[in-house]
Amino acid sequence: MDLSYTPEQQAFRAEVRSWLEAHVPKAPLEHYDATREGFEAHREWEKTLKSGDWGMVTWPSEYGGRGLDLIQWLIFEEEYYRARAPGRVNQNGIFLLGPTLMEFGTHEQKSRFLTRMASGEEIWAQAWSEPMAGSDLAGVRATAVLDGDEYVLNGHKIWSSRAAFADWAFGLFRAPGSERHHGMSLIFFPLDAPGVTVNPIRKINGHVGFAEIFLENVRVPAFNRLGEEGQGWHICMATAGFERGLMLRSPARYQVAAAELARLWQARKDDPWVDPALEADVVRAFMNAEAYALSIYQTASRLMAGAKIGPEASTNKIFWSELDIHLHRTALAILGPEAEVLSEPGAHDWIDDYIFSLAGPIYAGSNEIQRNIIAERMLGLPRK
Amino acid sequence: MDFTLNDEQQMFAETARQLFADTCTPDHWRRQMESGAVLDEERWAQIVDTGFPLVLLPEEAGGLGLGELDFAVIAEAAGYNALPDPLVESAGIATPLLAAARPDIELMADPAAIVAIQHPANPYVADAEAASALILHKEDEAYLAAREDVTLKRKESIDPFRRLYTVEWDPAKAQPLGAVDWELALDRGALFAAAQGLGLAQRAVDLAVEYAKERQQFGKPIGTYQAVKHHLSSAQVAIEFARPVVLAAAADLAHGDVQSRARISHAKLVALEAADQAARASIQVHGAMGYSWEVDVHLFLKRTLALTSSWGTPYFHRQRIMHRIAAQPLGPDQTFARETVHA
Repeated sequence: MDLSYTPEQQAFRAEVRSWLEAHVPKAPLEHYDATREGFEAHREWEKTLKSGDWGMVTWPSEYGGRGLDLIQWLIFEEEYYRARAPGRVNQNGIFLLGPTLMEFGTHEQKSRFLTRMASGEEIWAQAWSEPMAGSDLAGVRATAVLDGDEYVLNGHKIWSSRAAFADWAFGLFRAPGSERHHGMSLIFFPLDAPGVTVNPIRKINGHVGFAEIFLENVRVPAFNRLGEEGQGWHICMATAGFERGLMLRSPARYQVAAAELARLWQARKDDPWVDPALEADVVRAFMNAEAYALSIYQTASRLMAGAKIGPEASTNKIFWSELDIHLHRTALAILGPEAEVLSEPGAHDWIDDYIFSLAGPIYAGSNEIQRNIIAERMLGLPRK
Repeated sequence: MDFTLNDEQQMFAETARQLFADTCTPDHWRRQMESGAVLDEERWAQIVDTGFPLVLLPEEAGGLGLGELDFAVIAEAAGYNALPDPLVESAGIATPLLAAARPDIELMADPAAIVAIQHPANPYVADAEAASALILHKEDEAYLAAREDVTLKRKESIDPFRRLYTVEWDPAKAQPLGAVDWELALDRGALFAAAQGLGLAQRAVDLAVEYAKERQQFGKPIGTYQAVKHHLSSAQVAIEFARPVVLAAAADLAHGDVQSRARISHAKLVALEAADQAARASIQVHGAMGYSWEVDVHLFLKRTLALTSSWGTPYFHRQRIMHRIAAQPLGPDQTFARETVHA
C-alpha cells in the first residue's frame, strides 16, 4: 500500500488544474434541467471539454478519450469539482451507457456512439422505468419486434432523466410474449424519431429534469441493439453496477460539499440560534466524504489489479445517498431560519442541493432494493 | 498510489484467521471463562511461534521491523475471534513503545514476554496480571516495573476476557524510561482498537447471517424477511466504509501529523460504531437466543463496548478530527495530503 501520488500523477493534476482554471465559465451556468438554454449551455461546455480532450478521460483515444487509468480519473474528478466546473449534462451517456457500450458493443457501435458521446454532440437519457416497472424492473412491458433489419418499438417509459431535452435514449424492451428477466433487449432510439412523444415532468424543485416517453411504432435499425437479443437484463445489470458502483457519484462531489459545510460552520457557529452539538454532524459529514473517497480509491486499486466490480457496488449507492442527505440537513440546521429563504444567496444552493439529495435513495435502484442485493448477494441470505 | 495489501500482509491475515479460528472456538471461550485463567498458555505459545509479537519491533530489538498495517490485519482477525489474550495491547502498543525507549533491554530477548501499559488515556491497565512487566506513567515520564514489584487490584470488566487493574507502585522500585512517545502509543492503541472493531463487526454479522438462514418462523427462514435482511445489510455497509479508513490510517500512522491522527481517530470512531451497530443487530436477529449467555454474540457486544471508550473516547477522537478540519486545507485534493505548517 502506498497512499501517495507519483510525480506523474502530480504533474497530471497540475495539467488538469491549469486547463480548468483557464476554461471553466466564471459565472455558473443555468441548470441543465431548468430550461432548454441551460441545457444547451451545458452542451457547449461539453464541447469545450472535448476541445481540451477532457470529454471522457478513461476511454481509449479511438473513441474520443485519453486512455487514462482509474486513479487518473479520480484526480481529474477531484480537480473538476474543486474548480466548480459545470455538471455533466451527459452523465447518463458517459458514466452509465459508455462503460456498458465499451464492454458489450461492437467496434462499429463504439465508433458510432462513443465518440459523439464524449464530444457532447449527442446527449443521452435513460429509458428503463415504466409506470408498472420501477423497483421491479423485470416488469418492463415495452416491446421491440424485429421487422427486416429494423426494430419496431412500442411502449411507455417514465422517469427518464434528461429526456426533456436530450437527443438519444437507451431503453429496455422485450420480445412480445416474453416474461420477466428473459427476452429483453437494450436498444437505442433518437428522441426525435417519428412516433416518439416526450412529456416533461416537473420535479419537486420545479425543474423538468425527467420525462415520460411514449413510443408508437418507432422504427430503429437493428444496429441500435446493444449485445445479443434477449441479453438486455444481463447488460442492464452491468450498467447498474457502474451506476451504483463507481462513476455516477464522484467522491470529490461530497468532499467539496463537506469543505463548504465546514466553512459554513466556522462562519455561523457563534450565531445565537446555532446548536453547538451540530459540530458533531460537521465532523460526521467530513468523515463520510473521506470514507467514501478512500473506499473508491480502494475499489479503483482493486479494479486496476484485475478485480471486477461486484455486489459491493450496492453499498456505495447506499452510502453516498445517505451521506448526501445528512450533510445537507446539517447545513440547513446551521442556517436555521434562513434555510427556507430562497433569495438568501448563502442559503439557496444548500436548499437546492438538499432537495436534490432526497432523490438519491430512490434513483439508480432504490436503497431498499440495494439492501436486498447486499443481503442476498454479499451476505448469502435466502431470496425466499 | 496503491490501495492494496501486499502478499506478506495477506499472509499475516490468513495465518491469524486460521490460528484464531482453531484456538478460539466457543469451547475455548467457555473453558477459559470457567477457569478464569488470565492467559491460555497453550494458545499464547502458538501465537508466539507465528512471530506476531515481533511484527512491530525494530530489527535491532530482535523484531521484524514491519509497520502498523502488517499488525492491523492481525488485530482484525483477533477481533473476529474475540481473542482473549493480550496480543494487541502487548505486541501492538506496549513492547514497541518499550523497544523505542530501550531497544537493548533484556525483556526484548524473550518473544513470549507480555508487557502491560498504563497510559494516561486509560484509567485502568489491561492484562497486568499476565504481564512480566508494566510500563507506568508518572508526570509524563515513563517507568518500567516488574510484575512482582507492583500491587494489582482487579476491576471486573463486563467483557469476561478483559482483565483490568489498578496499579499501586513505587517509582523507587521501577526503572525510569524517561520521556516516551505517549501520543504514538495512543495512536497505535486507537488504530488497533479500530482494526479489532472491524473483526468484531464482521463476526457479529456473520453469526446473525448463519442463524437467519437456519431459524424458521411462519414456515420459512427468517433471513428471507426484508426487515431482517435490512438490519444486516445496513451493518455491512457500515463495515465496508470503515475498513478502507482503518487500512489507510494504518498505512499512514507513521507520519504522526494532524492528518494521520485525524484519520486514526476517524477509523476508531467508525469501526467501533460499525461493531456496535452489527452487535446490536445481531442480538436482535437472534431474538431471545441473542439475549442468552449460551449464544456467543454477547461477547462481541461487550468487547465493542470496552474498546469504544478505551484509547480515547469518541468525543476525544471527534475533537482531533475537528482540529484537522479547522487547521488544515480541505477539499478533494487533500485526501492524502500531509500536514502543511501555518496553512
